[in-house]
Amino acid sequence: MKAVCYYGKEDIRVETVPDPAILNPRDAIIRVTATAICGSDLHIYGGYIPTMQKGDVLGHEFMGEVVEVGRENTKLKLGERVVVPFTIACGHCYFCKEQLWSLCDNSNPNAWMAEKLYGYSASGLFGYSHMYGGYPGGQAEYARVPFADVGPLRVPDSLTDEQVLFLSDIFPTGYMAAENCQITPGDTVAVWGCGPVGQFAIQSAFLLGAERVIAIDRFPERLSLAASFSKAEVLDYQSVDIPEALREMTGGQGPDACIDAVGLESHGTTLDAWYDRAKTSLYLATDRPHALRQAIGACRKGGTVSIPGVYGGWLDKFPLGAAFAKGLTLKMGQTHMHRYMPRLLQHIERGDIDPSFIITHRVALEDAPQMYETFREKEDACIKVVMRPGVAARTAPAPETQGGRT
Amino acid sequence: MADHALAFDISDDSAAELERWAGVAISTAVMAYGLSRRSVPGVVLAAAAAPLAYRSLTGEWPGFRNGLAHADTRAALSGSRGIHVRDTVRLERPRAEVYAFWRRLENLPRFMEHLQSVTELGGGRSRWVATGPANAPVTWDAEIVNEIEGDVIAWKSIAGSDIATAGSVRFAPARQGRSTQVSVHLQYAASGGRAGRLLALVFGRDPAHMVREDLRRFKQLLEAGEIPRATRGAGA
Repeated sequence: MKAVCYYGKEDIRVETVPDPAILNPRDAIIRVTATAICGSDLHIYGGYIPTMQKGDVLGHEFMGEVVEVGRENTKLKLGERVVVPFTIACGHCYFCKEQLWSLCDNSNPNAWMAEKLYGYSASGLFGYSHMYGGYPGGQAEYARVPFADVGPLRVPDSLTDEQVLFLSDIFPTGYMAAENCQITPGDTVAVWGCGPVGQFAIQSAFLLGAERVIAIDRFPERLSLAASFSKAEVLDYQSVDIPEALREMTGGQGPDACIDAVGLESHGTTLDAWYDRAKTSLYLATDRPHALRQAIGACRKGGTVSIPGVYGGWLDKFPLGAAFAKGLTLKMGQTHMHRYMPRLLQHIERGDIDPSFIITHRVALEDAPQMYETFREKEDACIKVVMRPGVAARTAPAPETQGGRT
Repeated sequence: MADHALAFDISDDSAAELERWAGVAISTAVMAYGLSRRSVPGVVLAAAAAPLAYRSLTGEWPGFRNGLAHADTRAALSGSRGIHVRDTVRLERPRAEVYAFWRRLENLPRFMEHLQSVTELGGGRSRWVATGPANAPVTWDAEIVNEIEGDVIAWKSIAGSDIATAGSVRFAPARQGRSTQVSVHLQYAASGGRAGRLLALVFGRDPAHMVREDLRRFKQLLEAGEIPRATRGAGA
């Protein structure tokens, strides 16, 4: 089959690799009908993620059709159309039972690597380095899904792939970010970062009862999407003093909750490597570490700072004093996907939200190397790239929507 | 995963040989030097080098006989002797079930990676086959020395085995009985002689890592029903 493979920093290739096979009784094999590039994939692309190996298949946002199941998997049937959560969870450990699915104890075969870094390991992830399990990802024609009797969510044929694909990561991630804000009616929520997760956080904050959402970014197309589609008030941090603007907009009190949808998505294995990488990110990435500090500084007393943006290491100049002085609550972590997917599917079915609004690029799998570059450089107003395995590359424009099985 | 493999890297016989001959050379040189001084300190120095010479030639320190074939297991492991590894894991399964799975010793190779098989011989005895050097099997017999249903299992290799090892596992309820805490204590003699060498090969250089990974697999097997696996690339 064809798959998007990592070969090194800024070296992504579409290669022919062996088809995946059932390895464990609860597995399933999915024929991928749609898959997306995530912002966090760009950190692999940039060479920041350790324990990546040449030939690793990328991608953790994907959906498709069930084409094979393991002998213990009685939940899925061949031909069913499913969306796959990017976190892999066994469904039976303490953490799964407590609905803390992204902290599953049993899904990372290389848990010892993460334990060295963090003390304990979170769940395995698709296509996201060997420290997170070394699972081949979903930017491919087929993908093996472990514990497929608890992960994949069946989706109705009445919804298109593009409407449900983002249930695989970014919609639940934005939703959990908003839920972590403990919104009560009348609240104002400020969101740093208007990428895909930020957009879903804005929409979700409104779904959960926020009265106002203030969105912060610097890319015009992202700000205008937040304003026009998500109905947020927007601030361009290149031209506005954000803390002062937030203070003014909230009558001198500050937002009730702040969401950092920017993050510092780097990983490392040793303390000094982490430090170097963090420093690199600090000075190369566009003001990114400012976001969390600014969110903590801007948040009202007793408010909540919710962090869906990914952090990996030891942060410099973290203003814990401000957080303490103001009695803030900080909530963070990878998304507990399985907890949110069914209820968010209902929102989509009811028409409360159509997640396809963030898609700017529809391409074939073979276009991946070019699209990683385009997405990273935010060229061509790129916000979200959806790839369709099996669709010929660049020969014809990809259809606007394409629902159901083909 | 390269790091993982390194953790289990083991010294080969040529390294042991080198150490042996280096020991002979150094101890001989020190003894010659000490005696050539024709003084009291010189004689003391020469005498001090003698045990190294003895060890280099015989493979063991004079006066110690731990971990040798035919050693009594209890004697080889009693007190602070031998290598001790302790670890613990908590499972979301009832204690009786967790105990029963472990007590069926044939199950152990399903999560203990270095074991090829365990066969119960009756009368509390069992035959253990582990993967040794060059994948050659290493075999020893063990007997259960303490057993309290649902609570504890303890075993030791029987006298006359190539290997002196003992272990115990305790099962305790946690979280008001909803979880089970499993605590393992593993011991083996690791110094000198064929037995020590074999054990070092079987258990690897980092036995604590090995035991932790074994317990992790045990938990995965009982909770998730399978041990998670991934392949490189999209390889089958």
